[in-house]
Amino acid sequence: MKIDAERIQSLAALARLELSEQEAKAMRDDLDAILVYVEQLDSVDTEEVEPTAHVLELATPLREDRVRGTLSVDEALRNAPAHDDASIIVPKVIE
Amino acid sequence: MNEVLALSLSELSERIDRGDLSSRDIVEAFLGRIDEVDDRVRAMVRTHREPALREASAADDARRKGNAKGPLHGLPIVLKDNLVSPDFETHCGSRILQGFRAPYEATVVTKLKAAGMIVLGNTNMDEFAMGSSTENSSLHPTSNPWDLGRVPGGSSGGSAAAVAAREAPAALGSDTGGSIRQPASLCGIAGMKPTYGRVSRYGLVAFASSLDQIGPMGNRVSDLALLLEVIAGHDAKDSTSLEKEVPHYKGALDGSVDDLRIGVPRKLFETPGADPRTLALVREAIEELERAGAKTVDVELPHSAYGIAAYYLICTAEASSNLSRYDGVKFGYRAEAETLDEMYRRTRSEGFGREVKRRILLGTYVLSAGYYDAYYRKAQRIRTLVREDFRRAFEGCDVIAMPTAPGPAWPLGERVEDPLQMYLQDTFTVTANLAGLPALSVPCGFVEDRWPAGLHLITRPLDESTLLRVGDAYERRTEWHQRMPSLSA
Repeated sequence: MKIDAERIQSLAALARLELSEQEAKAMRDDLDAILVYVEQLDSVDTEEVEPTAHVLELATPLREDRVRGTLSVDEALRNAPAHDDASIIVPKVIE
Repeated sequence: MNEVLALSLSELSERIDRGDLSSRDIVEAFLGRIDEVDDRVRAMVRTHREPALREASAADDARRKGNAKGPLHGLPIVLKDNLVSPDFETHCGSRILQGFRAPYEATVVTKLKAAGMIVLGNTNMDEFAMGSSTENSSLHPTSNPWDLGRVPGGSSGGSAAAVAAREAPAALGSDTGGSIRQPASLCGIAGMKPTYGRVSRYGLVAFASSLDQIGPMGNRVSDLALLLEVIAGHDAKDSTSLEKEVPHYKGALDGSVDDLRIGVPRKLFETPGADPRTLALVREAIEELERAGAKTVDVELPHSAYGIAAYYLICTAEASSNLSRYDGVKFGYRAEAETLDEMYRRTRSEGFGREVKRRILLGTYVLSAGYYDAYYRKAQRIRTLVREDFRRAFEGCDVIAMPTAPGPAWPLGERVEDPLQMYLQDTFTVTANLAGLPALSVPCGFVEDRWPAGLHLITRPLDESTLLRVGDAYERRTEWHQRMPSLSA
């Protein structure tokens, strides 16, 4: 197995996911099959090849720095699962 | 069946112009069709009946007063449920977005509305567009209108099934690795992924941002031309949208192909697992284009065989990053918990389905220290080779033709336990995403006279006009697009 039991749990922790033992086992099997499949890429010599992160030549567009319309506080809060008039409410972070 | 349902967008528009039909007649006809068949097809996740009827009456009023907005004014369309608007909720096939209504609107939706189009409803999809069968929806699976026991393809399976069942004359979908073209192929309709950057992605729920692109789906290639002209163009809200003029796409559809060289990647027709019946239909379609005057030439795309492997490393890496925003804080589903970190974990574990978790974990793995170069960087280098293959191939041809999907629709449930098998559905489609190229699927026949197959056409960046011209010319010479599913169980 390319991904051991400890590794799958540390990946889950990084991704903020919880996996039951059964789920973890199934995920290891699935990921393993996929990683074995992608091993075929090793047969391609890419020593001299530049990586493509993006197909476009991206430039950062600049614009004038002026105040424009944006979401109101009400609109921004409307979808929050818990909120009061001005803030989103989450479990206590600082004791 | 009401004869209105069989008409293309252009035909509907002409009927309105002649005064034979009103927008209200058309919207009522399609809403009636949804009532009649969608309990079997299950393409829709919500229908906007009252607003649609109101807008149809308003469109008719505007026309009477001489204020028509153009050929699409008053015509209905359905949208994949990952295009946001304050007008409706967006669930993206996921429990984690239950109840979500965006406070802003996708640019494509704003543009469709500006052209006078009426959003009839939103269509089912694989969760976060991750899947090839629409079975990964948290709501329900969708059926293929040609065979209700089979999948419609995915991830834009709801859009494809709705158009095929004539629940709407057209739809928008999104395509990251084939999610417009493959379901279009399996449902016997036309679907196009435009050039990366041709259409603004603002307001499209992000899956893999360097690959995602919105595109039109319909019963006629000429309808895709009409729709693309509306949705394409630069948008200051999406810095990857190109500042290039939008051509009059429909004007390019003159039925001719005799000036074109069609590249045929013969090796790809030997891909293991590809259905010989599908391959035969695609070969026959290429011969039809030859009879229409096109020349065929052999092309080599030697790195296409590595497309799937590179694609699933890149798209999962991007997805693991994009989906970090779903944490139960600002919107969507939240699980109750004592601590913030526990809330994140429980929200995501309860809110995401299995395929989404699988891809997040794979993406997290390939981006993690010690594996980044071996997997992610390697995949990006392969991506360069795939692009170079196409660049070389287009020195000797104008359009490349191959199958869209490796085979026809399969029985619901048959492949849900085998993710790798599902990924291989994208064999012929992912390379256009990796290279950012425009690509089109056009109906090219039926396997065993029952299950649709699609001809896949790819061309140079921003040359959608040529792609549409070839697709339209093929359609003029064939009758596949005129067949309708019987929708019997």
